[in-house]
Amino acid sequence: MIGAMTSDSGQPGVRTAAVRRPGDTIFRTLTTGAGLAIVIAIALIGLFLLIKAVPSLAADKDNFLISANFVTTDPNNLMFGIRDLLIVTVLTSLVALVIAMPVSLGIALFLTQYAPPRLSRPFAYMVDLLAAVPSIVYGLWGILVLGPALEPFEIWLNSTFGWFPLFATGNIPISGAGTIFTVGVVLAAMLLPIITSVTREVFRQTPVMQIEGALALGATKWEVIRTTVLPFGRSGYIAASMLGLGRALGETVAVLLILHSSPKPANFSLFDGGYTFASKIASAASEFSQPLPTGAYISAGLVLFVLTFVVNAVARSIAGGKAAK
Amino acid sequence: MAKRIDVKDLNIFYGKFHAVDRVTLAVPPRSVTAFIGPSGCGKSTVLRSLNRMHEVTPGARVEGKVLLDGEDIYASAVDPVEVRRTIGMVFQRPNPFPTMSIRDNVVAGLRLGGMRNKKQLDEIAERSLRGANLWAEVSDRLDKPGGSLSGGQQQRLCIARAIAVQPDVLLMDEPCSALDPISTLAIEDLIGELKKDYTIVIVTHNMQQAARVSDQTAFFNLHGVGQPGRLVEIDDTEKIFSNPGQQATEDYISGRFG
Repeated sequence: MIGAMTSDSGQPGVRTAAVRRPGDTIFRTLTTGAGLAIVIAIALIGLFLLIKAVPSLAADKDNFLISANFVTTDPNNLMFGIRDLLIVTVLTSLVALVIAMPVSLGIALFLTQYAPPRLSRPFAYMVDLLAAVPSIVYGLWGILVLGPALEPFEIWLNSTFGWFPLFATGNIPISGAGTIFTVGVVLAAMLLPIITSVTREVFRQTPVMQIEGALALGATKWEVIRTTVLPFGRSGYIAASMLGLGRALGETVAVLLILHSSPKPANFSLFDGGYTFASKIASAASEFSQPLPTGAYISAGLVLFVLTFVVNAVARSIAGGKAAK
Repeated sequence: MAKRIDVKDLNIFYGKFHAVDRVTLAVPPRSVTAFIGPSGCGKSTVLRSLNRMHEVTPGARVEGKVLLDGEDIYASAVDPVEVRRTIGMVFQRPNPFPTMSIRDNVVAGLRLGGMRNKKQLDEIAERSLRGANLWAEVSDRLDKPGGSLSGGQQQRLCIARAIAVQPDVLLMDEPCSALDPISTLAIEDLIGELKKDYTIVIVTHNMQQAARVSDQTAFFNLHGVGQPGRLVEIDDTEKIFSNPGQQATEDYISGRFG
């Protein structure tokens, strides 16, 4: 090995590609192993979900995709479907995104463009701290503080805009505010730090040349942001939002604590109750004794797994499109 | 349109650092003035203070006066945004807006000024691109992004963008330093044409360039690290390069600097 290295440096003209340096080899093996570990872990998780879910799916007496039931008490008579789980999961996440996206954008712009440097640092730190709050605390806050506070607003929305399906009366009473709407607001608070911190870093990297180019044309502060910062950071901002969406889709404890359950199927209303994929699985975790009923929950987990994967893939392709430019 | 610039006793500070010491000079309309000198001597800082672009740096401030046809651009009632609309700038590296088309790049300044009439914008885009000697090369692909052009074309696009708003003065901060010799020649030819309509101030590290394009040349220097830069002398370019008034100038232009 050492002989090969000296002969290589002695004759720069005949450089062979086969030179191997032990340090490179070891390090490449280590990093390749680390990379592979991730791929293998994801593949194994997917495989586990699939193997456990398939027998239960085969035994399902209802249509898995459109049934609102989730009856798994009798292993010989499984009736379950993901209709309501999907509706509730998607609606809570969308409410969260609709609230968190503009607020995060505002915070990121404030931190990078408007805040004086002395204020920007501690403020950014505080936003990051939001991400460190455990989700059980968000759940408690949602059910004890935010829910009751939002209740009058939700009642007003329902009575004023009830003709619009999203604001129609749901399958649970609004009183107590254990609704999709409340969950969405809590999830929004949880997404803020995720979306903000990524967006902030992207905005901060807007090339100074671009900013000066706009300023030299006589652009005002807002016009500089509109012509340089926003176009530059747009794809990063969208990717950050998708990342947040992935987080919202999988959030468990806070949702389980806040959302009221309902015997009736979901109405596509923000004032519905019910379960998300994650909260449904968590709620039944203590009863996972028999393989077939457990498999029903695992099949719900499989759908969530795929859903999160799709969202992340979309985020990746948007972020990747920017890198290619 | 072209206006004259008078700089009187200009001191520039970045926080506590005294960057430029007591510069006084005059730039007549429809002429090219070149700023030359070693790195860090404050020539770019002086240039940027002429349209208040140095204020982008936190803590920057000036003392003294910069008069544009007799009006002080640092008077308290003057909006720096307005100053920059009348005094255009071209930078060291071409900086077209990458997401905008070539046409949108050219008229970006007009759009900021509120012009919406598409026909008028198209006319001005063509006129500006012709003025920047770029029309023949891009007329068939005005909708392509500005970033798709070569470096020299991008720089001429930036010049087109700067002249589209018909400024009184055009400032150029080493506009050719990132370009190859052929693109440099194209820009220098363009400067010669632009001075019929505009007052031009150009910073350059290339002394042949200063000799080729400018009518008068200002030589800046600094006495040592941490000292403020100062204007050594300003005179007709011919005189500066053949018979300068100061020994320091002669040393610099003949390569015996330091």
